[in-house]
Amino acid sequence: MSQTFKIRKGHDIKLIGGAPKTDLGRITASTYAVTPLDFPGITPKLAVKAGTQVKAGDTLFFDKDRPEVKICSPVSGEVAEVKRGAKRKILAVLILADSETTYADHGAFGFSGATREAAAAHFSATGVGAFITSRPYGVAAGMSEKPRAIFVNGIQSGPLSGDLAYQLEGKEKSIATALKALKLMTEGTVYVSHDADRAPIEALQSLDATHITFSGKHPKGLVGTQIAQTAPLNKGEIVWTVNAIDLPTIGAAFETGEYRPEYRVTVAGSKAMNAGYATALQGVSLTSFVSANVNTDNTRLIAGDVLTGTKIEKDDFLSFGRTQLTAIPEGNKTEFFGWVLPGFGKFSMNRAFWSWLFPNREYDLDTNMHGEERAFVVTGEYEKFIPMDIFPQQLLRSILIGDIEKMEQLGIYEVVPEDFALAEVACTSKLPLQEIVRKGLNDLRKEMI
Amino acid sequence: MKFVQNIFDQTRPLVEKDGKRNIFYPLHNAIETMAFVPDHTAHSGAHVRDAIDLKRTMVTVIFAMVPALLFGMWNIGRLHFGAFGEESTLIDNVIFGAMKLLPLIIVTYAAGLGVEIYFSWKRNHPVNEGFLVSGLLIPMIMPVDIPLWMVAVSTIFAVLIGKEVFGGTGMNLLNPALTARAFAFFAYPTWMSGDKVWINTTSADGGQLVDGYSGATALGDLATTVGQGLGNPSTETVMAQFGPEGTYSLMNAFLGLIPGSIGETSAALILLGGLFLVFKGVGSWRIMVSFFIGGFVMAAIFNAFAVNEFMGLNPLHQLMLGGFMFGMVFMATDPVSAAQTTTGKLIYGFLAGFFGIMIRVFNPAYPEGIMLAILFMNVMAPLIDHYVVEANVKRRAKRLANA
Repeated sequence: MSQTFKIRKGHDIKLIGGAPKTDLGRITASTYAVTPLDFPGITPKLAVKAGTQVKAGDTLFFDKDRPEVKICSPVSGEVAEVKRGAKRKILAVLILADSETTYADHGAFGFSGATREAAAAHFSATGVGAFITSRPYGVAAGMSEKPRAIFVNGIQSGPLSGDLAYQLEGKEKSIATALKALKLMTEGTVYVSHDADRAPIEALQSLDATHITFSGKHPKGLVGTQIAQTAPLNKGEIVWTVNAIDLPTIGAAFETGEYRPEYRVTVAGSKAMNAGYATALQGVSLTSFVSANVNTDNTRLIAGDVLTGTKIEKDDFLSFGRTQLTAIPEGNKTEFFGWVLPGFGKFSMNRAFWSWLFPNREYDLDTNMHGEERAFVVTGEYEKFIPMDIFPQQLLRSILIGDIEKMEQLGIYEVVPEDFALAEVACTSKLPLQEIVRKGLNDLRKEMI
Repeated sequence: MKFVQNIFDQTRPLVEKDGKRNIFYPLHNAIETMAFVPDHTAHSGAHVRDAIDLKRTMVTVIFAMVPALLFGMWNIGRLHFGAFGEESTLIDNVIFGAMKLLPLIIVTYAAGLGVEIYFSWKRNHPVNEGFLVSGLLIPMIMPVDIPLWMVAVSTIFAVLIGKEVFGGTGMNLLNPALTARAFAFFAYPTWMSGDKVWINTTSADGGQLVDGYSGATALGDLATTVGQGLGNPSTETVMAQFGPEGTYSLMNAFLGLIPGSIGETSAALILLGGLFLVFKGVGSWRIMVSFFIGGFVMAAIFNAFAVNEFMGLNPLHQLMLGGFMFGMVFMATDPVSAAQTTTGKLIYGFLAGFFGIMIRVFNPAYPEGIMLAILFMNVMAPLIDHYVVEANVKRRAKRLANA
């Protein structure tokens, strides 16, 4: 039977603008884009150039060091442009979509008598391997890795996160197929996590795996928390993580051999004129959808949630691996003596403002920093939001001074940037914790490879 | 508010990088960010942020200090008029106290912020808020009659050597306010101890001190009993003052109606500030509670094995005297110089309180053992943290070995 863990350290940030189960229709556009920037730890090498005709599921670029890590095109069409930045860094591959999508056929996967090698090859060829994240480092998984365990994260607990049951509706069959495929990839355990505070998701409950259940506060929905509670990652070990929302795409690739990264995307936030769910392919241009559904006047548009999402512009594309769009006001305005006032209406996770009297209030938060960056002063603050057996501030300091040995000792293998997101929100000194952790992981990875 | 913003906008070009008055940029920035929370938006990581910042944290501490500060102000006047046997009203006392205290506060802020601003300009970073608290703490732990220039020199020493040489706010090893006091204590001992400095006895109209006037503090008087043995008749007059009817009775000590450093006397109001800090989540209750327990345990041990009246004093009474409560609430809890780990805080607080009482009683020449004990534990805090963190490291290594 499944084990239940209660997460006491953390906080649920309540925002206005949650998504009702309204269908906002399909996001369509003629241009699509895939950006290497969405894949930390990948040195992109192009497989196409401007003018190349691609089918959905054809490789656009792959990792220079691990060629089996392939990023594929979500649609068929012509590569319109390869956008480059400083030092010819690849920023995005733009594709002009055909009116009728044709798919690269990698063939249905034969499960009977299948080997790990065959499954790995199929993951790689169809491009769905990119949905697997590898820990430590939090990068796209290399297929030659031998993961100790695979965690399928079936909890969405971030601010304004969507209803996973609704987002997975009608995809039960491919979810089961995906799990079968994942099981081929490890000799260890495959865990599937469940949210005890929401209605159980039948498609996940019925999977043949080790079930773990979490209740309590965010970050219960971060797979890092789930790993730390079940079996913390040790040096030298590898764990793979997959978001349950990506299972249907993986499953479909194994059933049909086709790459169809289609999602029911949550649209939320106080600046969303129409909140709800829209159906979209990964990488689709958001220009027309955003202008129709979001109030773009002084708005921060985020692919993902407000804690870990990436900032996008109104004419950007749906980022890889993101199934939530959040629109909140920009906070580019000053506030007269804001730090002295009692702050009855201010969002704060500690009692220094009197708003603690109203714990259930939903806030219309903007992106203001509410202060300038400072050195570490306050102690014991991050611990309240990171339910792991680590010393966050000491770990951050070891990263800042670049002491690899200390980082290892203090447990950097157990964390990825998102695990520090809540602490970053709470940080009195306004330090960029996620950026620091990413830097630490990159330094470490460079040292190890 | 628009016109205030305009003033900042108009003066900004003068102080910016190529402006004529660039040295004032940190000051300009400090005042501007104080008046207006800046319009900076999140550019990396989380897109929303908690409303709290260091200014809020520091101003919360200042609010917590206000009751003890106001009481100290009133007490300066009360003790002064009392020394001459004159009647005085609440207003008289407060006005007299303010005349003495405000110059101290102004000089401390001017001296300390001057150094801070210079370093901000040199290092090209904004002025940190830490000194807002230190600058108010320093006058509160000084005797009323200390010359202003000594306060200025002590403050400059503390900010320079106690803080800036380590890299500024957040990097310091020692509590800056206590560093200032320790400097004054060792550099100008005659102005920092004895029985002349705690009560202002300069009379404008040639008044005479009342008969039997003593300007000593409770701890100063207690120190005279050392070496006399327990129950010696010669200590009777001194110890009578600690009885229920005496000047230093437990009640008087708790309320703060005794001579001492300006802000440290009222245990009741300091505790009120402490509760406020704990409630607001700004002060560490772990440090405060363990500090109190540490002091109590030491005082109880002394009490049980007393060989003189100082050791024999009721433990609770012992803790209400001198800077114990003030040190517990406002000094030991400084997050930068205290231990930083949860377990470390408990050990650090306990030992600081324990050693504080030990130094005070064993060496009556240093009645302010609390100050020295906290400074000592400031130095030891990284060591405590090291062992706490090391335990975590070992736990992790063990898990790896068993995996």
